[in-house]
Amino acid sequence: MSVIKRVMTLLRSSARELGESVVDANATSVYEQEILDAKRSIEQARGDLTGVMAKEMQAARRIEHLKAEIARYEGMAVEALNKSHESLAEEVAGQVGAMEQELAEQSRSHASYAAQVAKLKDLIKTAEARVRDHERELAMAKTTESVYRATRSISESLGSGGSRLVNARESLERIRQRHEDLADRMTAAEALDKELGHRALERKLADAGIGGEADRQRQVMARIRARQLALQGGKAAE
Amino acid sequence: MKPLQEQLRGLDALIGEAMGGLDAHLQPIPGDVPVIQVSIEGREELPIFVTGSDSQLLCMCYLWAEDELLPGRRTELLETMLDLNPAVPLSAFGRIGERYVLFGALARDARVEDVATEVAVLSDNALDALDAMSEFLK
Repeated sequence: MSVIKRVMTLLRSSARELGESVVDANATSVYEQEILDAKRSIEQARGDLTGVMAKEMQAARRIEHLKAEIARYEGMAVEALNKSHESLAEEVAGQVGAMEQELAEQSRSHASYAAQVAKLKDLIKTAEARVRDHERELAMAKTTESVYRATRSISESLGSGGSRLVNARESLERIRQRHEDLADRMTAAEALDKELGHRALERKLADAGIGGEADRQRQVMARIRARQLALQGGKAAE
Repeated sequence: MKPLQEQLRGLDALIGEAMGGLDAHLQPIPGDVPVIQVSIEGREELPIFVTGSDSQLLCMCYLWAEDELLPGRRTELLETMLDLNPAVPLSAFGRIGERYVLFGALARDARVEDVATEVAVLSDNALDALDAMSEFLK
């Protein structure tokens, strides 16, 4: 079963309630121990593998050596026969026989070492895949557990503080409202700024004697004087 | 592995920087798992929670609960969330128990600067998602 599928089963079976623990803490520590043990046995297998491979190589060398010796002794036996040393040839044949026996033994050992090497390599491969799977599963289970526990702490903490995880729509409305308030305040401030800025400028211009406002008094005075003058002129003409 | 609070030292200032000077406030949540609550000015209703497990740091924002969904539109909402998942930058939708979340995951030894970026993006995404998907809510 895949790791994710197992976590799915875990979630379906036990985690629907926030209060419940997703992973049994005991099971987790047992699991962690299993991973440690598996890793240790992988290390052990690696050590064994090195030893067996060395023996396999030794056996292979011994086989080559024996084959060469057998060929050499057989050559010498032929030579003895040629020189009519029948009994010497027999003796050499006996020696070759013994060497053939050892060759057969060495060949069997070599085959068995080779088989062990293949087996150990397979064992390490599958054990490593299993450890990786276990570690991933454990990480997922622990993360799930931690997330659920965090959520529980958060709910409890917010609950005890008088507030709670508020309804989403309410939250959104409040945040929106706050943003609108801010936007309104900014618009208002901008308008006020503009207005104040406008008036301030008018006042500055007036103070400097520039613009309609500054001139008004002078214009009115001029009008009054002109009128007075006109009246005086009229009287003088009478 | 550093304790979460130590790892997140200075996060509030960095979030403020990342969000144009908004105030961010950090508060540890008591419990058996390390959790830090991040409240961001103007978005106090949508706090971000940062929590650490052995293998990763999770930043989460709770969106809505199962009982807030409009009856009859749940499947549509779920499909929308699946469709959006690859598109939403850095954040993914999920569910914890009865609560839907938007979350981002970081390596357990992530730098506080990266956590700040994550929190800022997550907060924007969460607000955006809530706004966009409020049509599915009661």
